[in-house]
Amino acid sequence: MRSFVSERASAIPPSGIRKFFDIAQTMEDVISLGVGEPDFVTPWCVCEAAIYSIEQGSTTYTSNKGTPQLRGAISHYLGTRFGTPYDPEEEVIVTCGVSEAADIAIRAVVDPGDEVLVAEPCYVSYIPCVTLAGGTPVSVPCRAEDEFRLTADALAEKITPRTKALVANFPNNPTGGVMGESDWRAVADLLVDHDLLLISDEVYAELTYDGDHFSPARIPEIRDRTITLNGFSKAFAMTGWRIGYLCAPREITAAALKIHQYVALCAPIMGQVAAYEALRIGEEEKDEMVREYRLRRNLFVDGLNKLGLSCHLPKGAFYAFPSVESTGMSDTEFAEALLREQHVAVVPGSVLGPSGLGHVRCAYAVSRDHLKDALSRMEAFLESRKLSEQISSN
Amino acid sequence: MDEKDRTLLHLLEENCRTPISELAVLAEMSEQDVKKRIAWLESTGVIRRYGAVIDWERAGNGNVTSVIDLKVSPERDFGYDRIAERIARFPQVRSLRLMTGTYDLQLLVTGSSMHEIARFVAEQIAPMDRIRETATHITMKTYKENGTTFAEREEVERLPYSF
Repeated sequence: MRSFVSERASAIPPSGIRKFFDIAQTMEDVISLGVGEPDFVTPWCVCEAAIYSIEQGSTTYTSNKGTPQLRGAISHYLGTRFGTPYDPEEEVIVTCGVSEAADIAIRAVVDPGDEVLVAEPCYVSYIPCVTLAGGTPVSVPCRAEDEFRLTADALAEKITPRTKALVANFPNNPTGGVMGESDWRAVADLLVDHDLLLISDEVYAELTYDGDHFSPARIPEIRDRTITLNGFSKAFAMTGWRIGYLCAPREITAAALKIHQYVALCAPIMGQVAAYEALRIGEEEKDEMVREYRLRRNLFVDGLNKLGLSCHLPKGAFYAFPSVESTGMSDTEFAEALLREQHVAVVPGSVLGPSGLGHVRCAYAVSRDHLKDALSRMEAFLESRKLSEQISSN
Repeated sequence: MDEKDRTLLHLLEENCRTPISELAVLAEMSEQDVKKRIAWLESTGVIRRYGAVIDWERAGNGNVTSVIDLKVSPERDFGYDRIAERIARFPQVRSLRLMTGTYDLQLLVTGSSMHEIARFVAEQIAPMDRIRETATHITMKTYKENGTTFAEREEVERLPYSF
């Protein structure tokens, strides 16, 4: 029998983390810093609204692009919070998480042969989405010495006549890097000069600790060549509800909507009701969570640096991205040994892009007690390594 | 009083035994600064006392807690203040507040038995001048105290890895 798996599906490499997953599954007491999701439960006011709506019988499809209430609320929120208003009728689609939004955004604009720049290290889905759309992903490095920002120089080096778009995620998973207005303006000039589109995943926008998040669609010169992606998972601790959204100029939104209506039909109504409530009355609890993430960041990054794992102070998201070079191990060796010996789960940076090499991603979306426990386990791990080194060198 | 003070207060309210060094890291300031700010917060009476949240039911000392509502005739010139001050002196009274609504003062009273609380109300509180009516409510079960939930809930298992 021939293989029925498509060449496109075959071309996608398997997850770089499968092995770690299997090891962790065999352990009882893993402290996981490997999860890219809040440890908070969705604010109770949001859950209540969703439960009530289910009791009232809201279990139906909605309009393909999402309920008018939620689109209106998103439009108002983006306008007032980040200065990037979008027309709720023609420029907003509610999606099944930002994952789907990234997929349909890429498929709406990429043709076979198009090169798509992907600022890395980054979330694992952008590159396979480009591949599935028939495009060619091209990595653009965001380096530790630049505090993991995307620089115009790094970008310019990778632009060719075939380049069509840039995918970027700031505040960044996994580095915690952020881009300010001047950083974006430098990038914007290149986008205009080379007639490129920007796909900006801003799902961590609310988790910005020093100053406000800057949304690139605020720059008038690139507003009409930008697709803004965002969602509720991180800011409102709503990962399981699967609600994200795509905002873009009319023509692109219409194209993405065609794909969305055939692959997803609509986002789940319960999630949409909950998301509307989150925007309506969830702000205070969101702010409370952000304050707590900031405390955790301070605690954990200080601890890492004291252990000799040098780590820049991330200004956004909930990841610390320390270098493990001082240990003499590669990031994969470090992550595997730490998991096996001390049952602490972290993600090797190289899984998230070539610039992640030599770093590990630690999500500090766990309680401060867990973080302290993780730090003391890491200390024990590094101590035992030093001892074994001394023994082998004697 | 600024944002940093408020951060310190939240941290101390959550766990007043957090070491100064840790408070300094969490609140992004020097240890010297933390000490100075706490001393100021203590001296100005913003921080009243350091204590623990205790599940007395679990500790098994059998104490009974109750809420007692009082209707009080206010005094000319003093309102409720003088009578409230007298009531506050009883050690059995854990909290005392002036409330809107049907009743005026609300007391939180603990005692070793229901009988003891009943006697306290009947013999000490009810006979006081200006107390017009009392209503005593005995606590049957405490679910949450000072922001801490007592019931243990099973934690939702998260995946060890996700991107």
